[in-house]
Amino acid sequence: MFQVRFHGRGGQGVVTAAELLAAAAFSQGRYAQAFPSFGSERMGAPVMSFCRIDRKPIRTREPVTEPDALVIQDPTLVHQADLFAGLTPSGYVLINATASFAQLGLADLAATHDSDRLLVVPASSLAMARLGRPLPGAPLLAALAALTGVVSLDAVLAAIDDRFTGQVAAGNTAAAVAAFDYVLAAFDYDRVERKELSGA
Amino acid sequence: MPSTRIKFYQVGSFAAGNRLLPEDLRSIQSSDARANTLTCGHRACQGCGEALGARYALDAVMRATKGKMIAVNATGCLEVFSTPFPETSWQIPWLHSLFGNAPAVGSGVATALKAMGRSDIRVVAQGGDGGTVDIGMACLSGLFERNDDVLYICYDNQAYMNTGVQRSGATPPAARTATTPAVGPEPGNAFGQGKNVPLIAMAHEIPYVATATVADLRDLEDKATRAMDFHGARYLHILVPCPLGWGSSPADTIKVARLATESGLFPVFEAEDGQVVSSARIRRQVPVTDYLRLQARYAHLFHPQERTDVIERLQASADRNIARFGLLEDQKPAHIERTRLTLAPVHDSDQRR
Amino acid sequence: MLKQIEGSRAVAEAVALCRPQVICAYPITPQTHIVEALGALVKKGELNAGFLNVESEFAAMSAVIGASAVGARTYTATASQGLLYMSEAVYNAAGLGLPVVMTVANRAIGAPINIWNDHSDSMSQRDAGWIQLYAETNQEAADLHIQAFRIAEELSNPVMVCMDGFVLTHASERVDIPGQAEADAFLPPYQPRQVLDPDDPVSIGAMVGPEAFTEVRFLAEERMRQALDLIPDVASAFERQFGRESGGLVKPYRTGDAELIIVALGSVLGTVKDTIDELREDGIRVGALGITSFRPFPVQSVRAVLAGGCRPCRVVVLERALAPGSGGIVTADVRAALAATDGSLPRTEHPIISTVVAGLGGRPITGKCLRAMLLDAKRGQLPPFSFLDLQPGLVQAELARMQANRRSGPTAENMLRDLGVTASGAAD
Repeated sequence: MFQVRFHGRGGQGVVTAAELLAAAAFSQGRYAQAFPSFGSERMGAPVMSFCRIDRKPIRTREPVTEPDALVIQDPTLVHQADLFAGLTPSGYVLINATASFAQLGLADLAATHDSDRLLVVPASSLAMARLGRPLPGAPLLAALAALTGVVSLDAVLAAIDDRFTGQVAAGNTAAAVAAFDYVLAAFDYDRVERKELSGA
Repeated sequence: MPSTRIKFYQVGSFAAGNRLLPEDLRSIQSSDARANTLTCGHRACQGCGEALGARYALDAVMRATKGKMIAVNATGCLEVFSTPFPETSWQIPWLHSLFGNAPAVGSGVATALKAMGRSDIRVVAQGGDGGTVDIGMACLSGLFERNDDVLYICYDNQAYMNTGVQRSGATPPAARTATTPAVGPEPGNAFGQGKNVPLIAMAHEIPYVATATVADLRDLEDKATRAMDFHGARYLHILVPCPLGWGSSPADTIKVARLATESGLFPVFEAEDGQVVSSARIRRQVPVTDYLRLQARYAHLFHPQERTDVIERLQASADRNIARFGLLEDQKPAHIERTRLTLAPVHDSDQRR
Repeated sequence: MLKQIEGSRAVAEAVALCRPQVICAYPITPQTHIVEALGALVKKGELNAGFLNVESEFAAMSAVIGASAVGARTYTATASQGLLYMSEAVYNAAGLGLPVVMTVANRAIGAPINIWNDHSDSMSQRDAGWIQLYAETNQEAADLHIQAFRIAEELSNPVMVCMDGFVLTHASERVDIPGQAEADAFLPPYQPRQVLDPDDPVSIGAMVGPEAFTEVRFLAEERMRQALDLIPDVASAFERQFGRESGGLVKPYRTGDAELIIVALGSVLGTVKDTIDELREDGIRVGALGITSFRPFPVQSVRAVLAGGCRPCRVVVLERALAPGSGGIVTADVRAALAATDGSLPRTEHPIISTVVAGLGGRPITGKCLRAMLLDAKRGQLPPFSFLDLQPGLVQAELARMQANRRSGPTAENMLRDLGVTASGAAD
């Protein structure tokens, strides 16, 4: 089972991100479970969502306490208490930011983790340029796909296309592709290899 | 609304002349073919105004709908006395659910009939003043707001009679009830309270609102019939004296109702889309005391001494109604244009099918 | 067709397949997505039904009563405060024998106001005469609605399908949504036992006095007894038609050789099963008994599992609601089932039952807590009545405040302040 925890603020599409990831996994024949943290979700308040992916039915329903991957959609949350709680040493951390881990004050974290598991992606900028709004969800998902291989880029794009229409779908798709490419470039990954990773 | 006034002539005895009217001018009650929707055998008190009002109104609806109607009844006197297990005096499909939900149940019935392609069957929801003015008010307002195709009839005997004459939001000022006893310096119900549900209904701008009493059979029949010309939410508020609760003689029920209108205390009118379109003129205004004296619920206004202060306030409110609705023959409804009663119609004409 | 779909949406699509003729909607978290989805289907013309936006839950159940009495298949949904607000009408629907189907998106009842999941709402209506079915997954939630209409109409008794608010309603997961043809084959048009029809008038809802009330109520109990047979029959028919197990009275999981059994309702069973598998790997013979039909309470099925192969036996009843002053709600029914007086179960072999109140107001029930609790139970260290994952510090602080001061203030607000202080570290 691969467990992802998304952190963000209300209004940034944290719940949608988890659902899109689940949809992508589903399209690849996986079982997937996505749900929000059910906190008091006001615009701007910190929120969490969760996604579990597995090759067999997922029965548990507790919040993800030991994430295999953390996706942080808002860099202002990085010093929130317990944000990294439960993250395994080999866990992935993907942060929507332009600053580096060190600049974000996360040098300690960077020191204890494999460097190919940590990444900062300027997802909001990528979205702004292609979608016209700084919504980082879709590009972060594509980045997650590139970083972890848990789902393929095609699956992510299919999920985006299914959920959105018209310009919004096109903009999100473009941002996603750009983010995917960004990750490949950051780690010098082979595109074909990442695209075809079979996932969890 | 055209309603032919029939002139009756005294013929020396207490009989009224002109009884051999042409068929089309006769009341529905005078016909052998009347539905007797609420048929005999029910357990209402002697002289019960509600039993009378229900039969009058529903027989008219039955004729207007050619017998295709369903009634929803709130808990109350009418429901209780009409269905003493294992008998029922209803000759129509009839549903009693709860005290406060008759309007909502009616909405459900109407919605279902429409969904099932049976909008030819019409719906009446009915209840006493308690179930309408108080506990049913939220559901009533919802029915009005959605303009569901239901005629709601309120039988107003101005208190919770079934449970032993407790004060409701329709109890008039100064009236004695079990919870507004005639004791102390301000005996009876307080002034300055109470809801005018016909005006509330008008504020929702539903297609048709009317008040009536059991004293004028034809007027009530005409209004029940007229109501069925409309589709959408309609409200009929009928004053039905209760001999037990009002402390009036069972023989005086119709007389007391007539005095309520002739004194001006109970204005009789019709409104469409929130605007008064007609009112029943008072033939000869009577002082409120003529009305009050017939009811023990007002006895404390006369004994041990006459409470002229209270009676004057009641007279003033009667006079206010007369002015507001233009109820005197020789008086035009001068104030109506300036009151909140006259709002421009909001409903499109095609809402009335 | 397999879909990755939000629970509420799955339920809406399942309900739509049942061709309801009147749907009443009044919003309350967390069921709103269900009625919104149904409303959209009606508005787009994909579902031919009357959709009534009413002014309260009381109006919703009342309108549904009216619609059902005219012979329409009807549906509504609510939770928590809304269920309480319509309670008078809930009893009324059952008393009148109207086959209404309602989703209860289980949510805690206030005060304190709380929008998250527990079973206090549906438990509060357990004596109203409705059949109560609890869904373990969103697949089962969808399936149970389809079964519910058939059960309700067959018996002329309303059915409440309970699904955990947020945990199921707002979770996206894989659900197989049936096709219209199969749904139609399973659920024929509604044929009412009683109906308001001008061509054949009847009076429904008369007052019944002492001379007949007992007998009318006896028949309500009789309907529940019939339900005990009908519910498994419908589940079997469902399996034949749709090809999967869903519904029924109870769901035993690895209870055959268990020495410790946890009884639970609803979505927590998923986490419970994962925990059981882990404990089994450690050699603990633990199993679970999921109760799907809470009303009628499946006495025989519960006895068969808890007093069958499990000897000697420890039973933990996991409660998602609290009966203050009395303790466990499900526990009481389990005890009654085991004490059933046919004399077949010798007294000394009665299981040792512990009540664990868990997940009130949406407190997550974690595998870790369950595991620790079950190990305590195995070792005989679980008290007869306890709260899972209680924070004693918060409780002690409030009790101390109340002891010190008459005007100690609102309890909930005091505790929230404590939590805030603790989290921010300001106390240090």
